[in-house]
Amino acid sequence: MSDKHLSSQFDSELNQVSARVMELGGLVEAQIRHAVEALSQFSLNAAEQVAELERRVNAMEVEIDHQLTTIIARRQPTARDLRLLMAFSKATANLERMGDEATRMARMVRSIIDSGAVRTLPSGELHVAAELASGLLRKALDAFARLDTKAALAILKEDDRIDREFDGFVRKLITYMMEDPRTISASLDLLFLAKAIERIGDHSKNVAELIIYLVEGKDVRHTTMQDIESVVQ
Amino acid sequence: MPHSSAPPSAIEVRSTPKISVRQLNFHYGKFHALKNIDLDIPTHQVTAFIGPSGCGKSTLLRVFNRMFELYPDQRAQGQVLLDGEDLLARTHDVALLRAKIGMVFQKPTPFPMSIYDNIAFGVRLFERLSLADMDERVEWALRKAALWDEVKDKLEQSGASLSGGQQQRLCIARGIAVQPEVLLLDEPCSALDPISTARIEELMAELKSEYTVVIVTHNMQQAARCSDYTAYMYLGELIEFGATERMFFKPRRKETEDYITGRFG
Repeated sequence: MSDKHLSSQFDSELNQVSARVMELGGLVEAQIRHAVEALSQFSLNAAEQVAELERRVNAMEVEIDHQLTTIIARRQPTARDLRLLMAFSKATANLERMGDEATRMARMVRSIIDSGAVRTLPSGELHVAAELASGLLRKALDAFARLDTKAALAILKEDDRIDREFDGFVRKLITYMMEDPRTISASLDLLFLAKAIERIGDHSKNVAELIIYLVEGKDVRHTTMQDIESVVQ
Repeated sequence: MPHSSAPPSAIEVRSTPKISVRQLNFHYGKFHALKNIDLDIPTHQVTAFIGPSGCGKSTLLRVFNRMFELYPDQRAQGQVLLDGEDLLARTHDVALLRAKIGMVFQKPTPFPMSIYDNIAFGVRLFERLSLADMDERVEWALRKAALWDEVKDKLEQSGASLSGGQQQRLCIARGIAVQPEVLLLDEPCSALDPISTARIEELMAELKSEYTVVIVTHNMQQAARCSDYTAYMYLGELIEFGATERMFFKPRRKETEDYITGRFG
């Protein structure tokens, strides 16, 4: 992570928890990938894998939280160590929520398949947003590992794109539902799907904000893009 | 020429300075122990000096009440202004200065006399009090130092009969009995157990409403817990000074961060 403490034990504890957080990130990324696949192929098998991973993600969240509280209790971290552990804690919560959203996506896909409305709806348009969201998480994890605030800033901007895709998609769904009320039930499933994708983007954005907090010591949540840019410069 | 401009660190300090250090240099013989120190100690706040052994933090504290003058080859140049008045100026009376700036040391140093006289001794040097007034002053100081309840029934016993933590609080009581304006604490808890340490830290928080407190400590967690401002010193230089909250969250200097996170090699 960075240069060494006098206590090599402390370093090894930080390295271990850091590796666990990255591993959790990898699991959630896989979950989202499977969820996107389930959506684009209408694959029950892929949806099944999302649920499978969910159990591991949940267990890992609990384990990481335990490691973090142990380090805080034993080491009383300060400055960048403190910021790192706070960032890990919040990133873990965000990652687990992303896993929940992926699970929700898988559930919606299954429900759409069951309803038999697979062909009549514009599900294809969701792929773009889903790919964007899953790519965003990968970038956020990369930026976290490299403590890259410039990359974090780019992620914040990219999340705006997902939000715009989401708005456009909702308008389109409304048109479908007005044209053919029989599609309402499946359209609502798609709407929830779109919302889950949008939430995944938001969580990646939160992780990106944590990178800036960790590196710069500034909490940029709920501030303007202009403020954030001035912090990162 | 007095240096009137405040050091850059002053931006964070809202309270007016009690002690202003300007371009202070200090030598032990040929050894240059403090180098161009500029620092404002805020009034009615707790300021902590931290840094590795030999960084000059105790030296700086000792300059504040001219302790160094007891030794022939130690000399200070620059200014240390107490409420704007240079206390390094030869014209400044040392005894009066020490009545304004009290000091407590690392090891408890009770005088070889009764608990009562430990407190009364210093007061008698500066004030003529009636017996009743002196009793009142002794009780007041012991209460302030959170020791009264433990010693009120044995005031005639020797100060040395108390436990280490009680002795240290006795020394603090002695320090505040003469009603100083500044209280300097040099590693006051390093010989104490955690409960006595917690009592002294609690005491500091109470005392700061009436006194300006400066503490030198090796214990960074102690500085984090009980100070409002922290100064990090290294090799005779003031590396960084600022609000404790910020110093322990996002110090500006890498040297500070390395030290407080235990990366100092």
